[in-house]
Amino acid sequence: MKWLLVAIIAVCNTLGDVLNTAGMKRQGEVEDLSPWTLLKMVRKILRNPLVLAGFAALAVSFFALLSLLSITTVSFAVPATAVSYLLETLLAKYVLREDVRWRRWAAATLVACGVVMLSF
Amino acid sequence: MKPESRSDVQKTRILVLIVVVTNVLGNVLLSRGMHQVGRIISASPVDYLRAFANPSAVIGICILALWMLSDLALLSRADLSFVLPVTASAYILIALLGHFFLHDRISWQRWAGIVLITGGVILAEETPARTTEGPPERLL
Repeated sequence: MKWLLVAIIAVCNTLGDVLNTAGMKRQGEVEDLSPWTLLKMVRKILRNPLVLAGFAALAVSFFALLSLLSITTVSFAVPATAVSYLLETLLAKYVLREDVRWRRWAAATLVACGVVMLSF
Repeated sequence: MKPESRSDVQKTRILVLIVVVTNVLGNVLLSRGMHQVGRIISASPVDYLRAFANPSAVIGICILALWMLSDLALLSRADLSFVLPVTASAYILIALLGHFFLHDRISWQRWAGIVLITGGVILAEETPARTTEGPPERLL
């Protein structure tokens, strides 16, 4: 049960971030953070199925995390976070077609290992 | 690949900074607020609404909403594989804030974690923030 929840967290978290990225790229670059721009961005998001699906996936991941925390300790959630970094980089390369070379692979790997070390 | 102008790079940098700071500040305030509220173990969402009576928790939630928006704004202009490692600097900030303000002891494992994440942030920072043009064609 614990590992199933860890898998759900990692997969939904990854899915959520990838969908949000795809949706936001489709929506166009945000140029500044004035309240007016943010309001326009939110209004576009409400009609953006990719970002809405991303939110749904992140919500599932969040509730899976809450269930996991209710049956075990925080440290059990760490592998899910670490795996997400690598999984998301993989999907960024092959689904979002980003130019992921050794620097970014190394960065994701270092962060994933760092997150694990921080939990000790 | 789209050439990035100086002001584009600067804007993305500022957004990264905002994402990291709102993430840390929001989480710290929310966590402080929730500790003040006390333990809530309940299946009913109504019980969780008690958190909204605590100012720290409320400000924390507002700042986290701002974090969510700025994160989406950042993803509209930068690669996911760039944003992920770069915004992981929030972990470093939280560990250091805990160390200097709450006098948390940082074990050697945690120092190693901080060093690894710092390395990851620096490596990702050296790559161009955006390597794609237009929306990803393959997705939907």
